[in-house]
Order: sequence, then C-alpha cells, then structure tokens
Amino acid sequence: MKTCLVVDDSKVIRKVARHILETLDFEVREAADGREALDSCLATPPDVVLLDWNMPVMSGMDFLRALKNAGLEQRPKVVFCTTENGMAYIRAAIEAGADEYVMKPFDRETLESKLQIVGVA
Amino acid sequence: MIENMAPSGGAMQLIGALLEQRTGQQIAANRAWRIETALKPVLRERGLPSLDALVGQLLGARSGELADQVVDVLLNQETSFFRDVAVLEQIAAAAVAMQAEVGNRRLRIWSAGCSTGQEPLSLAMLFAEKAAAFPMPPEIVASDVSTAALARARAGRYSQFEIQRGLPVRRMVEWFDSEGGEWVARQELVRRIQFRQQNLTADVPPPGKFDIILCRNVMLYFSLPLRRQVFDRLATAIQPGGLLVLGAGETVIGLTEHFTPSEAFRGFYRTAEAEPAPLAAAG
Ligand SMILES: C[S@@+](CC[C@H](N)C(=O)[O-])C[C@H]1O[C@@H](n2cnc3c(N)ncnc32)[C@H](O)[C@@H]1O
Repeated sequence: MKTCLVVDDSKVIRKVARHILETLDFEVREAADGREALDSCLATPPDVVLLDWNMPVMSGMDFLRALKNAGLEQRPKVVFCTTENGMAYIRAAIEAGADEYVMKPFDRETLESKLQIVGVA
Repeated sequence: MIENMAPSGGAMQLIGALLEQRTGQQIAANRAWRIETALKPVLRERGLPSLDALVGQLLGARSGELADQVVDVLLNQETSFFRDVAVLEQIAAAAVAMQAEVGNRRLRIWSAGCSTGQEPLSLAMLFAEKAAAFPMPPEIVASDVSTAALARARAGRYSQFEIQRGLPVRRMVEWFDSEGGEWVARQELVRRIQFRQQNLTADVPPPGKFDIILCRNVMLYFSLPLRRQVFDRLATAIQPGGLLVLGAGETVIGLTEHFTPSEAFRGFYRTAEAEPAPLAAAG
C-alpha cells in the first residue's frame, strides 16, 4: 500500500483528500503545515506528498526546499494542491522541483490522474 | 433505417433509432436511462414538457437542426489527454520507426473519432517533443461526427477539470495558456492538426493514405456488421504496412481480414501483407 501525506491547514480539505485517497487505496497521513510535514517526512518518508501552498508556520514552497535539502535517500514525489492557479505560481513550483500540480477545486479523477502521472497510483 | 425498427410507440425507441441511424451507436436497453438524463437540458432549453413532446417536434421538424442537437448530446464523448499513455507513446515510437523507413516523405496520421481534441493534441505534443526524428512534423487529421465536439476541438479550450486529466503539468505549461480560468492550446500546436467533420459509418475517409489510423473507443457500441464495414473502409485509407490503433479492449479479430495483429507493436494492427507472389519455379 502506498502512503500519501496530505499537507493542508484546512481540516476540511484534509478530510476530503483523505476520503478520495483511501478509495484509491492509499494509506493517508496528515500534517497541518510545512513544519509538521517535514518532521513527518524525515521520520518516515511517504511515497507522495499532497502539498498546499499557503500555510502558517511553513509554506508549501519552504517545505519543498527544505525537503530537497534534507538529503533523503528516496525523496517522496511532491504534488502541489493549491488555489494558486496562475501560470507564474505553477512555473515556480516546477522550478522548485514539484513533480505535479493540482489546481483546487479538485475531484477524484483529477487527483487519481495526477497520482498516476507521478507513478504512485 | 427507422422504418425497419420494430414498431413501437415509445419515444425512447425512436430516439435510440435516430442515434443509431445517424452514427451507428446503439444504446443498450439497460442504459436507456441515459437518453432521458442526457436530453433533459434540451427539453429545458426548448421548453418541452416531455420526451414525447420532443419526439413530436422531431417528427414534425423541417430542419434537421433539432435532430442534430439530440444526436450530439447522446454521443459519448468521454476522452482525456494522453488517454492510455503507454499506447500513445507506442504510437510516437512507431511513427519514429516508420519515418526512418520512408525517408523524407511526411507521415500522415488520422485520429478518427477525436471528440473534443485531446487525442490529436496529445499526439501533436508527442511529435513535437520528438521533432528531431521527423524532417516535417507528421500531418494529423482529426475527425468526428459531432460538429459540437469538433468546434471545441478547433478552439482547443479546456476547463480546469479537463486540462488536469491526463496532462502532465510540464506539458500544460509548455503548450497551453491560461485565460480566465480556462486553458487554451497554443496556436503552434493546434495549427498542426486539420479538423474535419466525418461520419465513419456514412462518409468516405479523408483523402489520401494514412500511415497510422487511430479509431479508439468509437466503435464499442456499433453492431458487429457495422464494425466490419467500417474496418473495410478504414483499410482503403491506410498505407500498405500502416498501423491501426483501437481502444483498450477493442479488437479486429474475427471481423476483418484487412488487419492482423502487429508483431512489432503490441495491441496495434497492421494492414495484412499482400498475398505473397507465387514462387518462381526453382532451378
Ligand atoms: C468516447 S469518444 C473517444 C474519443 C477518443 N478517440 C478517445 O479514445 O479518447 C468517441 C467519439 O466518437 C465519435 N463518434 C461516434 N460515432 C461516430 C461515427 N459514426 N463517426 C465518427 N465519429 C463518431 C463521438 O462523437 C465521440 O466524440
């Protein structure tokens, strides 16, 4: 079973994502900000991280940079999942090393498709 | 033809018959509910109280415009970018191999039943990424029976939901622009595709021979004799040694002698070899 870490400061979004991911046979973990997410990845890296952009404590971008510098043997795939739908944001995310990008609002098919593209579903 | 249908007063049957007569698509009895669901917006738009009222209008209509609309909403136009990505990648690989064989001749690809354009656009992206293999980018002809689907394909404009199905974000950024919440394919990509209206069951294929024909997820609900007929027609439009690509789970086996499974490309069909010439008498 693949593991997905859902990182979002909104409890509702985490719940929706968890529900979809569980129907896709993922084991789901949650974090409410980048800092929590980083700790979780360093302790036990998931297969994929579903990552919000704007969060208190540590943003998605800062998390991504920190994750890259953490020197994990196998870096989890990172899929941004955010309401920042502008081209500039998307390009910045790709440049920072994001593997995929989900524009909110998302549904099951979008999520499944993007997880397939990064090779975890 | 409608006259040949078992007589029935049912609006459903008549509408199903219209669809089959126009496009070959049969609606299985257990999916007849689809007719009602799909036609609800048409009823609302035209202020009609029921399917029976719609059928009344259809029978009395002078122009075929209402019938066109009814047929259009009943067609299954489900598609996505890079649908069955491994298959599309294999098509690109086959095109590269074919190009090496044919020298400088420009390859021609036909996407038959292209729906709203995701299939030919995906091909155009793959060919563009392999530009070095082609002296000229392969010509892509994309056709569909539905004028509404084609209009959308020509516009190359997709909702946020559609653009995220199957399309990797890097390709999205490279080939699409964001415009008021929608995503529009760049002209340099759309320009590589010629769109045309074509009914596989009634019209001749686009002119010229094609090296690869895609006819994916179009004939699933055709009767077997109709499939046979369409395969025969596709065979007239393909180069000797050309490839036919169907949807996952579709097959030509038992339906035509014109195509046989390709050895080099799994799941694809090749035009059958010409009869081997009789051997010259030895010695
Ligand atoms: C399910 S879509 C498949 C689209 C694409 N080939 C794919 O695999 O994703 C089927 C398309 O075939 C078209 N179609 C149905 N009957 C047809 C016919 N008789 N001639 C041409 N196109 C037809 C429909 O309008 C629809 O756009």
